[in-house]
Amino acid sequence: MDIFLQQIINGLVVGSIYALIALGYTMVYGIMQLINFAHGEIVMIGAMVTITCINLLIGAGVNLPGPLLLLAGLLMAIPISMLLGFTIERVAYRPLRRAPRLAPLITAIGVSIVLQQVAMLIWGRNYRPFPQILPTTVHDFFGAAVTDLQIAIVILSLVLMAGLFWLIEKTRLGRAMRATAQNPEVAGLMGVNINTVISMTFIIGSSLGAVAGVMVAANYDQAHAYMGFMIGLKAFTAAVLGGIGNIGGAVVGGLLLGIIESLGSGYLGDLTGGFLGSHYKDIFAFVVLIGVLVFRPSGLLGERVAERA
Amino acid sequence: MSAPLLKIDGIHKRFGGLHALNDVALSINAGEIYGLIGPNGAGKTTLFNVLTGLYQPDEGSFSFNGKDLFRQKPYVVVESGIARTFQNIRLFANMTALENVMVGQHVRTAAGVFGAVFRGPKAKAEEAAIAARAQELLDYVGIGKRHDELARNLSYGDQRRLEIARALATRPTLLALDEPAAGMNPKETDQLKALMEKIRADGVTILLIEHDVKLMMGLCDRIAVLDYGKKIAEGIPEKVKNDPRVIEAYLGVAPE
Amino acid sequence: MQSKKQIIAFAALAVVLAILPWAITGGFENGKSWLRAVDFALLYIMLALGLNIVVGFAGLLDLGYIAFYAVGAYSFALLNSPHLAHVLPAWLMNPPLLVMLLIAACVAGVFGVLLGTPTLKLRGDYLAIVTLGFGEIIRIFLNNLDRPVNITNGPQGINNIAKVNIAGYDLGRPIEWFGIVFDTVHLYYYLILAFCCLIIFVTLRLQRSRIGRAWVAIREDEIAANAMGINTRNVKLLAFAMGASFGGVSGALFASFQGFVSPESFVLMESIMVLCMVVLGGMGHIPGVILGAILVSITPEILRDVINPLQSAVFGKRLFDPENLRMLIFGLAMITIMLLRPEGLWPSKRRAREFHEHDEEAKA
Repeated sequence: MDIFLQQIINGLVVGSIYALIALGYTMVYGIMQLINFAHGEIVMIGAMVTITCINLLIGAGVNLPGPLLLLAGLLMAIPISMLLGFTIERVAYRPLRRAPRLAPLITAIGVSIVLQQVAMLIWGRNYRPFPQILPTTVHDFFGAAVTDLQIAIVILSLVLMAGLFWLIEKTRLGRAMRATAQNPEVAGLMGVNINTVISMTFIIGSSLGAVAGVMVAANYDQAHAYMGFMIGLKAFTAAVLGGIGNIGGAVVGGLLLGIIESLGSGYLGDLTGGFLGSHYKDIFAFVVLIGVLVFRPSGLLGERVAERA
Repeated sequence: MSAPLLKIDGIHKRFGGLHALNDVALSINAGEIYGLIGPNGAGKTTLFNVLTGLYQPDEGSFSFNGKDLFRQKPYVVVESGIARTFQNIRLFANMTALENVMVGQHVRTAAGVFGAVFRGPKAKAEEAAIAARAQELLDYVGIGKRHDELARNLSYGDQRRLEIARALATRPTLLALDEPAAGMNPKETDQLKALMEKIRADGVTILLIEHDVKLMMGLCDRIAVLDYGKKIAEGIPEKVKNDPRVIEAYLGVAPE
Repeated sequence: MQSKKQIIAFAALAVVLAILPWAITGGFENGKSWLRAVDFALLYIMLALGLNIVVGFAGLLDLGYIAFYAVGAYSFALLNSPHLAHVLPAWLMNPPLLVMLLIAACVAGVFGVLLGTPTLKLRGDYLAIVTLGFGEIIRIFLNNLDRPVNITNGPQGINNIAKVNIAGYDLGRPIEWFGIVFDTVHLYYYLILAFCCLIIFVTLRLQRSRIGRAWVAIREDEIAANAMGINTRNVKLLAFAMGASFGGVSGALFASFQGFVSPESFVLMESIMVLCMVVLGGMGHIPGVILGAILVSITPEILRDVINPLQSAVFGKRLFDPENLRMLIFGLAMITIMLLRPEGLWPSKRRAREFHEHDEEAKA
């Protein structure tokens, strides 16, 4: 039983990270119908900048408690990611808003390649260890082990998600975002500045991505220039699973994917009598995705788009 | 009297809580122009989609030309001889006018991958016949000179004509037109009316949705009226026009 | 209706293609590795044309296309290497080339249908992510099917794949004809070129046929296509199967040319690169797609050779890791091209027209 609980907890931690990243994909998709392939790279840059910043502070002899150092790193990483997200949209997507649908997808892939390579040039090709600054206390939770970090990740994710919901439901900007997602042209006619809304969407998504990147690095104790690719892919899968364009769907999809993956890798071997082992973990995400989409073509919480003739 | 060409009975279609079609029955005889009118949201287009296989009805029966078409796939419906146009024109925008009509002949032609690749005498002849027939149909609806134009670049009226030509290319027995005169000026409407009469004269039965009551009265042999998913009247135009329930549906009050 | 001019151009092209390998191996210092790159470019042309059927003609965004390349490659590898020779019946091993390619095309085609069947109802980007997942599933299985029963030999891949044998000639050894020595890389150039031409021919024919029109109709408006009596399910499956079978043929030739296969050759980035070839070149336009395939596959190779001299010239020394710089330039080029020509480098006249009308509208 404690193994089961442990897997659920691990899944919840990874899942809340997926959810944070998935929000970035889903917001952009909801408004522009664009798969922002470069979002995973923003996550990576967020992690890298934070690590560098913490190391610089430690190197400079700053003697602060771990969480504060981390906070300082985040305060550096978030604005950089925001600026990056903003710039990417301006340079690579905005000029193509009226272009054939696949053109921005290709520039997105191009941006993704460029960011990966720039990261390699700056931080090298090796794994960067996450500085050992966080407490490693382990709590016992009904027989499962939970670290402070894991608790912090889940709580912080929930807070950020709640904040995003508030922003979208209760503020002027949120209303403008929802209006633009419904129908950009009408929203424009009603006086919504679409360009601002889109820029803000990228900025918000990128800041969430940066935080998620730090969480990934802290959770796995390392970061790498290519880390954004796989985590971005998983998060995008989560967004589609939940119903892309749907904020709640991204959260549900992320958490679900994290838990399913975790349980899958824990029990796959037993379930199949050793035929499939935990090395099939990555398949799980996709099999679940295909299974869900076959029965609900618009994802779990996606609107059922009635065929209109 | 011979059996009707198309007969539906007890058709129900629900979308969630909305009962879009409620026990609709109608029959269309070969050779007539049959009109379908009703206020907005009455279920006309839904009925159209049921009749052309795009929607699967929940209950009822649907036979056409002696064939059971209840819950059949669109391509079976088209193959059986029902073709349609759309209320908000749905052409293949980036294909030429000619190609649009060529696509319409898909269901009456057979060439597959092997025919395409080896292009034997049979496939070659079929391909030539498709192109010739497509040009013929463009001429028939009066846009023969625009064959090389992309569908998206045609004028509104010509797009409507092209949609009719494309539908005719499937060699239908029944042609279903969803508001073909919408957005047309009086002159274009007259031309359209003449075209429909020509099509009927060439042996094609027509089912027509239209808001232009004057056009309907002058053109249709019989008219059915839908309101809230129910058929509230059916008959010759004169009778329907004076039916109190129809007037109520349109004006919202019962006549004195 | 071929004019004289066209025939002359065609003949000239044929001559150029025939002497190209000799010009390359004779004209450059490391000509053989360049010719190798050209051979790969030809394989990529086949892949890009296959994907073009799915994405460009039928409008179905497929991000896992490389899976079919993998299926073709592994089909060839398993039937033409010692790896499973002791398990499989002898009559099945080392089939003649054409039979082998037919097998590869069919197996890949079946996989195409397997992918297509559950995903037909999905639209746009949902389809994209599912095909992407499918591609990854195939790769992960190739990577792990070395236990409990060793089928794919896992991450090590399959080695010692036989070279093609045509009419008694083993393409793995240099052959001398008329006093000229044809090396393996030359021989494969002609072999792959032949199949590449065949695939171009098939694609051209398909495009201007009843099936090709049905594909485009589905891309343009699926509901209208449905209402015109097109069996959209079957026609889409056919697009998947055709596209996949091209990938399978290309994969089989790849396995034989390379001599070994491993899952590493079939990562998601490869699928993305093939998609880039299609879109950068000009989606749906066959010459454009061919151009895209050549550019995307050759440019990184050219950059590999010029990057270090370039660095020395600009900075006076090797400042950056050449591998990173090469990919960086490549990524920037992709972005630039798309920004300047969103419809692709060489779109069909029709598509270019369509896009520039947009421009006018935007200005007005």
